[in-house]
Amino acid sequence: MSQLDYVAPASAEEAARALAAGGTLAKVLAGGTDLLVQLRAGRLAPGTIVDVKRIPGVIGIREEDGGFVIGGATPGALIGEHEALTRAWPGVVEAATLIGSTQIQGRASLAGNLCNASPAADSVPALIAASATCVVVGPEGRRTVAADAIAVAPGLTSLGPGEFVFEIRLPPRPPRSADAYLRSIPRTEMDIAVVGAGVNLSLDAGGLVCEARVALGAVAPTVILSEAAAAALVGTRVDEAALANLDAAAREACSPISDKRGTALFRTKIAGVLARRTAIIAFARAGERA
Amino acid sequence: MIRRHVSATVNGDPVEFLSHPGATLLDALRDELSLTGSKEGCGSGDCGACSVIVDGRLICSCLMLAAEAEGRRIQTIEGMADGSALHPLQQKFLDHAALQCGFCTPGILMAAKALLEANPEPTETETRYWLAGNLCRCTGYDKIVRAVMDAAAEMRQVRV
Repeated sequence: MSQLDYVAPASAEEAARALAAGGTLAKVLAGGTDLLVQLRAGRLAPGTIVDVKRIPGVIGIREEDGGFVIGGATPGALIGEHEALTRAWPGVVEAATLIGSTQIQGRASLAGNLCNASPAADSVPALIAASATCVVVGPEGRRTVAADAIAVAPGLTSLGPGEFVFEIRLPPRPPRSADAYLRSIPRTEMDIAVVGAGVNLSLDAGGLVCEARVALGAVAPTVILSEAAAAALVGTRVDEAALANLDAAAREACSPISDKRGTALFRTKIAGVLARRTAIIAFARAGERA
Repeated sequence: MIRRHVSATVNGDPVEFLSHPGATLLDALRDELSLTGSKEGCGSGDCGACSVIVDGRLICSCLMLAAEAEGRRIQTIEGMADGSALHPLQQKFLDHAALQCGFCTPGILMAAKALLEANPEPTETETRYWLAGNLCRCTGYDKIVRAVMDAAAEMRQVRV
């Protein structure tokens, strides 16, 4: 890492300038739990490391306009300790806090998980199901991007030169709404999702699902949002018929690879099972908020 | 090569050191400050042997740049005992023979200390999940978990 340079700017604008000036070798450092591993493995050439954690607002959680704003570099441990956020968005919080060990939770962030652009990133299906948006800062100023528009391929994002995710916004919650996230891994901790499923839904006054979003991880080059899977839930009480339709739609949406964690066939099958289980949890949680 | 000047607090003492831009906090602790208790097992955040507490949060010091430590409060295994008086966790690790080769022990002790500060009465399940990021290839974990639970019980007694 002999050519590596480290800067810790005090403002978002200064960080964008440093990133732009550093060119393609410049990298954003939030929690570093992916970045330092990639540098050490030689998968990234050393360039300018722009540590964004000294920028006010980049770590922390606040309620705004009925929703939540989570600083891009806020560590998972802080997200898990936030009671109001956990009440409003249990699925996002459980997805964020599933990542890695206690030590990793002390550093790993949502913006990092999004921008590492792994199809298996745990927090991303939950964020996409939640209709989360990202405030992206760059040399040209700020723009707001849907969470599902960040990753475009494994390891590749839509962010332009000098841009980084400054904060993540979760929208206001309608009544009778809840989300959930489940992943499948061969062990109980410290592993990468073989499949992940995020479901976010709202019920009408009569207890029928009136809005749903279903996102699946690790079954395509990026996390996918399945409109057909969501449609299978709308207008139902998540009964067996709805779950069978959801299962089929989730499997239909998959285009996974086979690797050491699971074959394409296995991932596809599990995507249906996890979508079912996640929908059942989200529906039960929403019902408790009636 | 330009070396960066870093000021931080380690185990309550102000420290200053020079670090190479790519050096990790673990490198700085071991090579600049001669605090060799924190170990490098994997260098990728999987094994927990380098666990330290930074501003109250348990982290892997192999996944943090030394330059990031500017102004931070760092606790390492070297600050755990009070002079020659062992911390209850250290004593219980000896009592339960919760270590064999000892390489993972400093990291596990720091992780267990952070656990008991966050949760003085953890269940065995909570203890096992909290320590899931600390690998031990010798003990099979049972004696470690028993030592942590026993230390927690003793520390609760002392508090009352």
